[in-house]
Amino acid sequence: MSPLQLTHFTAVSAVGHGVAETLDALERQRGGLAPCAFESVDLPTHIGEVRGVDKAALPDELSGYNCRNNRLAQLGLLQDGFAHAVAKSATRWGSDRIGVFIGTSTSGILETELAYREWAATGALPQSFNYAGAHNSFSVGDFVRHALRLEGPATVVCTACSSSAKVFASAQRMISVGLIDAAVVGGVDSLCLTTLYGFHSLQLTSRYACRPFDIARDGISIGEAAAFALLERLPEQLDNNAILLLGAGESSDAYHMSSPHPEGRGARASIEQALAAASLEPTDIDYINLHGTATVSNDSAEDLAVSAVFGTQVPCSSTKGATGHTLGAAGALEAVICALAIRHGLMPGGLNTRTVDPKLHVHYLRENRRSNVNRVLSNSFGFGGANCSLIFGRAA
Amino acid sequence: MPAPTALQAYIEGVGLLGPGLTDWPSAAAVLSSAAPYVASATALPAPQALPPAERRRTGAVVKLALAIGFEATTHAAVDPSTLTTVFTSSGGDGFNCHELCIVLAGSDRQLSPTRFHNSVHNVAAGYWSIAANATNAANVLCAHDASFGAGLIEALTQVAVERTPVLLLAYDTHYPEPLRAQRPIPDAFGVALVLAPDARAPLAHLTATLTDGGADHMSEPTLEKLRASIPAARSLPLLSCLAQRKSGRVVLDYFAHARIALQVELCS
Repeated sequence: MSPLQLTHFTAVSAVGHGVAETLDALERQRGGLAPCAFESVDLPTHIGEVRGVDKAALPDELSGYNCRNNRLAQLGLLQDGFAHAVAKSATRWGSDRIGVFIGTSTSGILETELAYREWAATGALPQSFNYAGAHNSFSVGDFVRHALRLEGPATVVCTACSSSAKVFASAQRMISVGLIDAAVVGGVDSLCLTTLYGFHSLQLTSRYACRPFDIARDGISIGEAAAFALLERLPEQLDNNAILLLGAGESSDAYHMSSPHPEGRGARASIEQALAAASLEPTDIDYINLHGTATVSNDSAEDLAVSAVFGTQVPCSSTKGATGHTLGAAGALEAVICALAIRHGLMPGGLNTRTVDPKLHVHYLRENRRSNVNRVLSNSFGFGGANCSLIFGRAA
Repeated sequence: MPAPTALQAYIEGVGLLGPGLTDWPSAAAVLSSAAPYVASATALPAPQALPPAERRRTGAVVKLALAIGFEATTHAAVDPSTLTTVFTSSGGDGFNCHELCIVLAGSDRQLSPTRFHNSVHNVAAGYWSIAANATNAANVLCAHDASFGAGLIEALTQVAVERTPVLLLAYDTHYPEPLRAQRPIPDAFGVALVLAPDARAPLAHLTATLTDGGADHMSEPTLEKLRASIPAARSLPLLSCLAQRKSGRVVLDYFAHARIALQVELCS
């Protein structure tokens, strides 16, 4: 595939607002997980909550989109001059030539959860309830395109925890056919009762801050995040330090709704497709940002897939020990972390992992490593066996 | 800048299920005025392709998607395991969502694990991949009322870029109250199209462009009501063109700022 440039990118997560705070947290190995005190949730688990989400105000004309998920999106758009960079890009390409592709798993469902309490008590949903603006999965996509005043094709991708990795692939294809020249891609997912109680019902949440690839790993810590990137065609003169999307691979496990294929069959296929799309060999990859959810089954399946393709020497880590598993935002958040890894020569060590499971094969980093990082792979795997792997690299 | 690639594909098969429309041949008869439209609730068949344990767990969305998907691949005489898929729906499983929200509104918030995994928007894609043993990429989209258009563009883009056949499945089911009043989708409706870059025994050839012209409406009032009230049924003007076996230009609904113009050429 033809590479694209990540001209701008930003993220907000439990480790910080914007790339400077995110980078600082990675450099200091500072995590953002804490015991769950969200809303009325009573569960023995840790979460990665973003500070200040409820203080983020939407523009008046977009008040119909008000919900935690869109407040989080708004907080993200305001970081690092992202909205301003998109506006500049729109004057160059035209606002109808920039697409919007956002991944989410639960969008604004928290509003509906709260509205049902009122319905249960009074027999009516609150007057303020807005299905299209909050509940519907597209709410966040519609909010982002209106907030950025874009009029190109738009969609939300909902493949659970690979949603905002797959947006990169969709955007790349649409730029490739010439329907658009640039795309705002991203992921926004926010804390809600459905995912907290839902993953708990599957016995997939840890009581502790999650411990990816640890011998005692026992589940995820749910987080929330908004992460965005502006993807554009390559200019004629490309800065050597530009961050590029080099390849994407997508596959389906065709195995089970909520468990990965035990041998990582689909994961391996998406990794191999991403390498093929980027015309790279496994030895070209310097660092792998794992999906690394810290469930017993994900990490063992991913380990088999990664070690089958790369052997056991490529440094890998999961940053979910720092941010939590941000579900539909994980792909985009970890794409931003990969971009920071390349830009700053930093392979972030995974937090909370004390003893790497000796049954796992990959070279799992617990400490930060400073090194030239030219090409990285990022894995995202979702419920329903929806897999996506992305490769990012430095221009030269 | 590289020259734009035309968004085009051959349609090789169609699957359809909706109120008063029991499959593509009977729907084609209605859409070509060979048979009258007789309103009746959408009847969703049990997904026989799934193992019994999985079959019992499926809701309306999965039943609908699997029915239209297998009808389209059978019609196209293609092996469903070989196809890349694009699923698009304006909402998830409305009944499942309603049940989850009732439990979460109470004090005992023990969720059923099956209800939780059925709540993901890609539930139909997950079950389709298992039923069809389809290991290729599956994308799953939502664009509210523009969901059919978003899915069609994604599918045509995949056909153009990957040069691979794609199964597009667009479907919506209705919500129970109190959400039904907020999102009044009258009944389940789904359409599946097998789209391919090369012709084998195609029904028609499509070329898509964006336009600022208005979307076509259905001349028959009951069908127009369906088109306007169910996002997946925004496909009806295209399906009418196929059913009436006539080439021509069709404009489908998409966003307020753009619609999708299709040049449809019948192939046989």
